[in-house]
Amino acid sequence: MNGMHLLDITKELQAEPIRKGFGRGLLKAGELDERVVAACADLTDSTQMSLFKGKFPDRFVEIGVAEQNLATVGSGLAAMGKVPFVSSYAAFSPGRNWEQIRTTICLNDRPVKIVGSHAGVSVGPDGATHQMLEDIALMRVLPNMVVIVPGDSTEAEKATLAIAKDGRPTYLRLAREATPIITSVDTPFEIGRAYVFMPGTDVTICTTGTMTYQALLAAEQLYKDGIDAEVVHIPTIKPLDAATILASVRKTGCVITAEEGQAAAGLGGAIAELLGDEYPVPIHRIGMKDRFGESGEPDELLEHFGLDAKHIRLAAHHVTERKK
Amino acid sequence: MTKTYTVKQLEQKANTIREDIIRMLEHAGSGHSAGPLGLADIFTALYFDVLNHDPKRPDWEDRDILLLSNGHCVPVRYATMAEAGYFPKKELLTLRKLGSRLQGHPERLRLPGLESTSGPLGSGLSQAAGIALAMNMDKQFHRHVYVVTGDGELDEGNIWEAIMLTAKYRLSNITAIVDRNNIQIDGPTESVMPLEDLKKKWEAFGWHAIEIDGNDIEAVIDACNMARAITEKPVVILAYTIPGKGVDFMEYDFHWHGTPPNHEQAIKALHELRTLGGKIRSEHE
Repeated sequence: MNGMHLLDITKELQAEPIRKGFGRGLLKAGELDERVVAACADLTDSTQMSLFKGKFPDRFVEIGVAEQNLATVGSGLAAMGKVPFVSSYAAFSPGRNWEQIRTTICLNDRPVKIVGSHAGVSVGPDGATHQMLEDIALMRVLPNMVVIVPGDSTEAEKATLAIAKDGRPTYLRLAREATPIITSVDTPFEIGRAYVFMPGTDVTICTTGTMTYQALLAAEQLYKDGIDAEVVHIPTIKPLDAATILASVRKTGCVITAEEGQAAAGLGGAIAELLGDEYPVPIHRIGMKDRFGESGEPDELLEHFGLDAKHIRLAAHHVTERKK
Repeated sequence: MTKTYTVKQLEQKANTIREDIIRMLEHAGSGHSAGPLGLADIFTALYFDVLNHDPKRPDWEDRDILLLSNGHCVPVRYATMAEAGYFPKKELLTLRKLGSRLQGHPERLRLPGLESTSGPLGSGLSQAAGIALAMNMDKQFHRHVYVVTGDGELDEGNIWEAIMLTAKYRLSNITAIVDRNNIQIDGPTESVMPLEDLKKKWEAFGWHAIEIDGNDIEAVIDACNMARAITEKPVVILAYTIPGKGVDFMEYDFHWHGTPPNHEQAIKALHELRTLGGKIRSEHE
């Protein structure tokens, strides 16, 4: 498919939690570079740091339930030339420790890799407190910060290896639930690049994280509806790949954004800012609309909050009407 | 750095540093007076006796690391660094001015030798813990980490998270120095948020605690030497200092926490410091 080496989404796909790819990637990064160290706030298995901890116990720091300390110990480790990965649930890190990240990591320019797992409403039954929706917004406004949201576990593994080699502070956002694996080992991934996962001419669907699979499903259905959608997968929300996005939008003339988080100031915000400055066109942002989640099964919640292929398809009909 | 100074010479240096602090703050027109003046003896002891460092090579790989957690007290660090030869003294008068390397709160990327960026309170000790952990991973057992914190700063939860972690990993390569001057912005610490019994609290968290007169340079040096010799657990030095030390009308007055002297006050303060010239301890005891 378009040189992207994607798997065929019309067939049965394997599914795996995105965080599993992070766990494998961190282990490999640790094997490749002894400067890579890890710290966790009492969620070592959940965030999949246990693989690294098992192999490199002397390079792992158990912080306890203390996310402010997690970020700042990470800053100290980085001060000594380490490449620290610090993990927790996204609701707590970067949810609780934003100021420490701002001052001791971003302003201080220390290459700490903040890994926020269990992001989005698909966390499910744990409910609103644990469904982090504002993390993309919180992290992308920080100068010096790179923001990465992988679309599946295979991409998460590549992203983890890439950020371990990159000298910048980084936020890596992961989801809890099994997500269909749409990319292969040959699918390209570079920090700062967006990828056209499905070419089209009528509408650009900008997606990130778990929503990319939903966008591809929607695009298949839209083709049957007579709308030729282009799916642009955006695993790096900052720095945003403006060239790829603008090239697509200049062709299609309208945009949908889709993310499992607040549509305000997240990916939707980033795209709206870019297009507002460079190329204003009709835009429809799919995401959480200024509200919190609630308990439920992941699939139920995604449907309830309009974060699925069905809603992307509807939005495509609306937004293509608006450009006429 | 060769340690060749007598206590008398160090006291004179501390006095010079105090004069520089007054000049800097008056010129800047904003900033904190009480804390930096109170910390002058501790910083003199650190930079001219305790620390292994080299002003000509701020990134020397074998240096000790000094973190200033209470970043608002950075004028004392700037004045001491200039006295030690990190940068020309005339640069002190750029404090808080546009384009200066001497930001109102310390920014590592602007001035070599600052080690970290601080201002928001409570995060210095946890950075020290990360540094100390990395030193242990790399078997750099000859290096030591010092972190200076305020006492009002101990209201922050982050610092108690770090106190627990440092004790857990027995990071005896860390020495924390608490500037126990009993004031914070809203008033005396014990009325804003009581800290006592502070020594027992640190001890209960697994630290060895030493109490000293933080305006006695010799006591600071002795306590730091003792802290470095203790390898069973991390050491905290509770340094009782006089806020505004050396300037009569600033001493003990919490209103001087975040206020600079105006021109007349600066003249008066400098006159006092010059008159006392290295004998300031005896004047107010």
